[in-house]
Amino acid sequence: MRITVTVNGQPHTRDVEPRLLLVHFLRDELGLTGTHWGCDTSNCGVCTVHLDGVPVKSCTVLAVMADGHEVTTVEGLERDGELDVVQRGFVECHGLQCGFCTPGMLLTARWLLDRRPDPDEAEIREAISGQLCRCTGYENIVRSIRWAAEAQS
Amino acid sequence: MQVPATFAYERADSVPHALELLERYGPEARVVAGGHSLIPMMKLRLAQPEALIDINGLAAELGRIAVEGDELAIGAMVRHAELLESATATGLFPIFQDAERVIADPIVRNRGTVGGSLCQGDPSEDLSAVFAALRATAVVQGPGGTRTVPIRRFHQGPYETAVAPNELLIELRVPVVPGAGSAYEKVERRVGDWPVAAAGAVLRVEGGVIAQAGIGLTAVGAGHFCAPEAEAHLVGRPPGEEAFARAGRIAAEHCEPHADQRGPADYKRHLAAELTRRALAGAAGRI
Repeated sequence: MRITVTVNGQPHTRDVEPRLLLVHFLRDELGLTGTHWGCDTSNCGVCTVHLDGVPVKSCTVLAVMADGHEVTTVEGLERDGELDVVQRGFVECHGLQCGFCTPGMLLTARWLLDRRPDPDEAEIREAISGQLCRCTGYENIVRSIRWAAEAQS
Repeated sequence: MQVPATFAYERADSVPHALELLERYGPEARVVAGGHSLIPMMKLRLAQPEALIDINGLAAELGRIAVEGDELAIGAMVRHAELLESATATGLFPIFQDAERVIADPIVRNRGTVGGSLCQGDPSEDLSAVFAALRATAVVQGPGGTRTVPIRRFHQGPYETAVAPNELLIELRVPVVPGAGSAYEKVERRVGDWPVAAAGAVLRVEGGVIAQAGIGLTAVGAGHFCAPEAEAHLVGRPPGEEAFARAGRIAAEHCEPHADQRGPADYKRHLAAELTRRALAGAAGRI
């Protein structure tokens, strides 16, 4: 089936099987390996991307479901060579250790701050509750998102 | 790597179009909305539909939450996150907020739908107990038009519903009961998990006695996700700890929980009683 998905502002047209999952479309068809592929069961959240501006777990979305829609991956957070403020927060506050959960965490953090520019710690923890950090580095992830909230205010 | 078996894929652009596609592909087709139950089952090859009819294009048509007359209408394509954030729904029935906050996680709730949850028919599904407590009505559309199904007759067994292969769940209608209180209590092994057990309650008090009681239970083998014997015990009695505790015990006696990785049967039966008691007390506190 021929689909066109706009990823990080660029339309991409490919012939795909309906059973192809969005995460594999992004990684294998488009080479955007910033989106990680983890538990494959919609539990861990490393595959989180924005679909029409809303975070979804791309291991549980078919690529054909994104046909005609807009996807943002971690590669799309940077603008004109400038890291997004949430990326800067993770740098400043050591928000990553192995980095496996980081792309999903960043996209959820961006979405959270778009909706709630000044979230408290409980709101941040709730927002990332569908994402597992294998290093258990949640303290610094929460600090990083708080840093970003303050930096963008 | 988990990959579903091959299937044909069709995108519906209206309810009549979805029904036409269901007719064309027959009983081996499945409707997919959020896909957060169906797609994992397809990846595990527990489900192998020959065709998927994608109804995400009907999100506007079937995505409304509105009070109409004395009913709250909730479209089948309402996402969990939308129900959680709906002041209309949670203002009338705080049970929606209690339950939605503990269904999966915020990212899954962005995608999963109310109708999909009910049609999946999982015996541990949360909203099935919520709508059972609320005595909702399901509106189902087929080739011959629409029909209504009381939610307590909607689920006909694990993964089986009253929706025929050529029909589509359109919306849920919840009777608005002025002065009612509602609450939901769930025990889960970890954040975002399916319940070990959960109970929902709706109460209305008139002249110092309970005029109406609704109790929903999930994951504990309660027939049609409800507890009619416990409800009957409550009606006509003054609300209070003693009546709620007794109702909880009655509800638990009529459950048939199964032991699994989430716990032994006697523990789940204990939870059925205790969570029913807590949900009733919570509902009473909100009247």
